Amino acid sequence: MLTVGLRGEAHAFLGFVERQKNLVKRYWLWEVVWLIYSLVSVLSIGYLAAGLGSAGGAAPGRLDLHRAQLYLLIGALLWAYLSIVFMDISFSVMWERWEGTIEYTFMAPIRRLTHLLGVCAFAIAYGLVRTLVVLALSVPLFHLDLSHANAGSALVVMVVSTFPLVGLGIIASVLPLLSPERGEQMTVAVQGILLLASGVYYPISVLPGPVQLMARVSPMTYTLDGIRGALIDGRGLGAVAPDLVALVAMGVLLLPLGLLSFGWAERRAKRLGLLKRSG
Amino acid sequence: MSQPAVEAHGLTKWFRRSGGGPRKDGHRWQAPWRRGRRPDLVALHPLDLRLERGGITGVIGPNGSGKSTLVRILATLVLPDAGHASVFGHDVVSESLRVRRHINRVSVEAAFFKELSAWENLVYAARIYGTDDRGLRRRVEEVLARFGLPADTVDRPVRHLSRGQQQKVAIARSVLTTPALLLMDEPTTGLDPRSKREVQAMVHELRRDSVTTLLCTHDMEEAEALCDRVLLMDHGRVLADGTPAQLGRLEDVFFELSGRGIEDADSEAELEEKAC
Repeated sequence: MLTVGLRGEAHAFLGFVERQKNLVKRYWLWEVVWLIYSLVSVLSIGYLAAGLGSAGGAAPGRLDLHRAQLYLLIGALLWAYLSIVFMDISFSVMWERWEGTIEYTFMAPIRRLTHLLGVCAFAIAYGLVRTLVVLALSVPLFHLDLSHANAGSALVVMVVSTFPLVGLGIIASVLPLLSPERGEQMTVAVQGILLLASGVYYPISVLPGPVQLMARVSPMTYTLDGIRGALIDGRGLGAVAPDLVALVAMGVLLLPLGLLSFGWAERRAKRLGLLKRSG
Repeated sequence: MSQPAVEAHGLTKWFRRSGGGPRKDGHRWQAPWRRGRRPDLVALHPLDLRLERGGITGVIGPNGSGKSTLVRILATLVLPDAGHASVFGHDVVSESLRVRRHINRVSVEAAFFKELSAWENLVYAARIYGTDDRGLRRRVEEVLARFGLPADTVDRPVRHLSRGQQQKVAIARSVLTTPALLLMDEPTTGLDPRSKREVQAMVHELRRDSVTTLLCTHDMEEAEALCDRVLLMDHGRVLADGTPAQLGRLEDVFFELSGRGIEDADSEAELEEKAC
């Protein structure tokens, strides 16, 4: 018996979440490798900050080492989370190409929105779990003072940032549909640009003018700014409101733009016969 | 009068060839945009087709004859450039979601997540194809048993199964989603003789389910044995259309109408593909 309509779409949504979970389970060794990689990255950044004082790069009294360490660690942890979500979403088309299942998935009797939301939901949940593991393993190694942190505000910024991030991920996942040969490389390049421009490890004010412009249109800039403000300076919702407004506006723009561009790219791939080609 | 399973009028498809055309001035280097564009490859010349419900219709032809393009258009995976096609009265372009509710496809490479078990792949298919998952395990085991697959097949990662077993699981998967039109794109290509016979027996078995089946193959004997009707195709055109009994020995018919054997046509298509 076939389930159609909303129930069928909900069924399919669960199917995508479950599929992603099963893939993580089967490729567990890779997941361990990525977890270690994320952990090592965060620890390196943490120790880099700790070593700033002893390396003689900072004059006493001019640099708050504890603040710098917190600033960098938050950046590293958030980048770990944001990059997992971004990559999981943007690699969804490529992954299916590698496995040879892309045509089977694309001819399923479901809406593309359901397909993409299923992939995104798992990416967010998995990104959170993995980042929490890294957080739990790394934070005890540094003596961080989070007594001023406003966890509620940070959580709100995190939740709101999900929407533009998902939109951006969907836009990036279009690239392998446009070019089976070079889409993968282009997606990695986009991720690199986001890392450079979004102020992950430094304030965007240190960037050259044109890169600062890119930073202003990256949702990650506002996510990082809002969460740092909440955790380091204890800013409440009112104080992080400018970041929240920017993130909501970007979500309103990027989510529909992502879905529209995916629909356009899918039609183009079907017109040119690019769905099956794997480079 | 009930809607036919498939109806197509003037269905046409061409693909742009990659790379620039020949250099205009001999051997001197020219930027790609200054070279002439290579002519498009016509995959399907205007095709008219009507397929009544039920039975197995074979689409026979060498590589590059347009069989897979036809199947992909019906599967809503490729958009036609001209003409239109409908599946059970639904247009494949404007009503693609409705079309997809009626179809399933078995392709030459069994499309599975190879690291997942057959069961995990089947549950995924059941969910995205809207099949009720209550009692799914029992139904899966019944279908596998019906097609002669051992029950333990279901829990093994697909990559541990032989190609023949993978193809059988792919057919079982399509049966689970109860399609009204089953598109089979060379399901026996590349299989060893025994697996090939077993998969052919499975296709034959599908008659019991009253599924309309479109079977693409370049194996003439397979078509003669399994199909009620045969479309013989070459270079995107239908050369002959009739029952195997009406057409006679398909290899001879193909040679008579195209001027070459099917194996020569396959080699020709391979060379052409490399040149692209």
